[in-house]
Amino acid sequence: MATEILMPALSPTMEEGTLAKWLVKEGDTVSSGDILAEIETDKATMEFEAVDEGVIGKILIAEGTEGVKVNTPIAVIGEEGEDMSAAEAAPAPAKTAETDEPETGDSGAGQDAAPAASSTMQSPISLKIPAEPDIPEGTEMKSTPVREALRDAMAEEMRRDGDVFVMGEEVAEYEGAYKVTQGLLDEFGARRVIDTPITEHGFAGLGVGAAFAGLKPVVEFMTFNFAMQAIDQIVNSAAKTLYMSGGQMGCPIVFRGPNGAAARVAAQHSQDYAAWYSQVPGLKVVQPYSASDAKGLLKSAIRDPNPVIFLENEILYGKSFDVPDLDDYTVPLGRARIWREGTDVTIVSFGIGMTYALEAADALAEQGISAEVIDLRTLRPMDTETVIRSVQKTNRCVTVEEGWPVCSIGNHISAVLMQEAFDYLDAPVINCTGKDVPMPYAANLEKLALTSTKEVMDAVKAVTYR
Amino acid sequence: MATRSRAKKTAASKEDLLHYYREMLLIRRFEEKAGQLYGMGLIGGFCHLYIGQEAVVVGLEAAAKDGDQRITAYRDHGHMLACDMDPKGVMAELTGREGGYSRGKGGSMHMFSKEKEFYGGHGIVGANVPLGAGIAFSNKYRGNDNVCFTYFGDGASNQGQVYETFNMAALWDLPVVFVIENNQYAMGTSQKRSTSTPAIYTRGEAFGIPGEEVDGMDVLAVKAAGEKAVKHCRSGKGPYILEVKTYRYRGHSMSDPAKYRTREEVQKMREERDPIEGVRKRILDGKHASEDELKAIDKEIKEIVNDAADFARESPEPALEELWTDIYAAEIPQEGAA
Repeated sequence: MATEILMPALSPTMEEGTLAKWLVKEGDTVSSGDILAEIETDKATMEFEAVDEGVIGKILIAEGTEGVKVNTPIAVIGEEGEDMSAAEAAPAPAKTAETDEPETGDSGAGQDAAPAASSTMQSPISLKIPAEPDIPEGTEMKSTPVREALRDAMAEEMRRDGDVFVMGEEVAEYEGAYKVTQGLLDEFGARRVIDTPITEHGFAGLGVGAAFAGLKPVVEFMTFNFAMQAIDQIVNSAAKTLYMSGGQMGCPIVFRGPNGAAARVAAQHSQDYAAWYSQVPGLKVVQPYSASDAKGLLKSAIRDPNPVIFLENEILYGKSFDVPDLDDYTVPLGRARIWREGTDVTIVSFGIGMTYALEAADALAEQGISAEVIDLRTLRPMDTETVIRSVQKTNRCVTVEEGWPVCSIGNHISAVLMQEAFDYLDAPVINCTGKDVPMPYAANLEKLALTSTKEVMDAVKAVTYR
Repeated sequence: MATRSRAKKTAASKEDLLHYYREMLLIRRFEEKAGQLYGMGLIGGFCHLYIGQEAVVVGLEAAAKDGDQRITAYRDHGHMLACDMDPKGVMAELTGREGGYSRGKGGSMHMFSKEKEFYGGHGIVGANVPLGAGIAFSNKYRGNDNVCFTYFGDGASNQGQVYETFNMAALWDLPVVFVIENNQYAMGTSQKRSTSTPAIYTRGEAFGIPGEEVDGMDVLAVKAAGEKAVKHCRSGKGPYILEVKTYRYRGHSMSDPAKYRTREEVQKMREERDPIEGVRKRILDGKHASEDELKAIDKEIKEIVNDAADFARESPEPALEELWTDIYAAEIPQEGAA
């Protein structure tokens, strides 16, 4: 049966081209893979190969013809001895069945009709707020440093699930550069607590591969500054594969480690990555403040079937908080915590930013200003509902974080409040952030580069017009 | 430790030869059809064809057993067909349809099959190498004897993470076969313009990983080398490197003007070294099958490919709701939560 050879598209953007040269003539026998013609696109000249075998019956477009539209029949090919005069008699209809087909492939028309999950075009996941865990009456509270709470979380999850393992630099024999993995090697052995070479890109990728294969790695970065060498594996491999595989291949992995400024370690060791990772669909991002949340959230993160970025803070590691003495205390991802209730202003923060927020709230209370303080805890999915509800009550909002001001978490909250609670706002939202500079080393400049309790108090006074 | 001596060609049975012929022909015809559908605008974006390299995956799959895994980069259609994934599902993914392996959300470079232990399909050059070592790590962690075939190209072998992975894989004796498909061109840059020491199979020496150069246009040589590598990995001795010298007839992707090599070079390869012709000749010379019998196989393959193309054109585009699915895996109920 005679078939038409159509003008091919040879690049994603090609719509027409020049049929520069025929390398076959009518009557030639060709087999698949033979070069039929040279075609010039807007970018280059390319060869065009036969797919079927047969005899060139008729060349419909002469060489040298310019502006030949993609999918125009350019020749007819048939079996040996076949009469192809029919094709000659009725030359190339402008539209064949084949040229009709691509229209269904044109997604342009469908885009307008694509449903939006919410006005902010975010995935619906951010709308489901899980319940706060019950702590039974009479539960004993144990004062625990964040460092130990994190260790306890990993140990409990490793006891519970043999697929959970910890890997990273100095996590085993050294017991953690910041002693977060203390005792794990003793209890679980070298098979499950693995010292890696200094090779962030490599071990992050290796961890992701192990997670694809069904294990549940907890990958420690000595600090998140070093994870920049591994960010391709975190974003392109861990976060996107579930989507790219149509839901087949998940990545149950936790990347954890200290994040943000420590003390006097200068620009390359002092960055807060909260906003960076929070931008990525497919990742969950947690930044706890208290020890009980650190423990409960890390346990949930390890159980979560998705890649979780767990941002800790070196300065908070040694700070102690009450942790409920329960066998299995988990805190759900995606739920903010109201630390103190108030009526005049909502202060929203997370991680070490909470130290400024809570100090400011105490000092403001003495001055007669009642601040409600919200700890976001999880940054993605973010519990914006709790923030909006609070602002509907207080009509004012100040955000606090140590990260840079441009495209910050605070910027995002401001945008959400403008879209979702505009009529409730009695003042513009103020974002207290780190300054827009690389972190300096000098003690006085470093202090200046971070946000402060005073800045938070000043911002609250500005939005409350005091 | 690294050797250039070609693996001994073992005598292959009639069944084996016919199987390799079929498998390689399926890949070639499938890719030709994909190129055609691309030309018609039914396949978009980047599309990297495997034509010329068929003996690599077919030879290595012949050395694999159930439970072994494979992972590769973006020139991945051949790997999927060789591990028995459905040509319909692969082609429908190329056309971005609901019937595709990723329901149209991955495309040519991003397909996966848990069932066939195919771990993708990865678009970032070199990134699949640590991922493959991680899959091999899971085998060792679980104490099974499965091996992960980790494919990458001569181009990727200049990425730093490849050597980070070599180090860890050797340090921890991971059961991974690193298959370097050296088709001699990283996109448009020939190996001699990109690579200081061309014998890539020797690059494991610094880490204590044995390596071997293999004739990638000869499916039997590939299979024999694969068996040796797999035996090494399964016995707990750690990783193995195979540098398989191959050649791609087509451009890097569909929009490749091929100015970096001559038509004569490509033509010479096709005429003198074609892997399918090689097996075909072996079959005919050995009188394992007649021309007519081979023609019948050609016809059968053509039908499979045409069916795949029909399916890929008829399968509907994904529903618009699919935009919002598969971003996160379903939550596992939390015991501590109220």
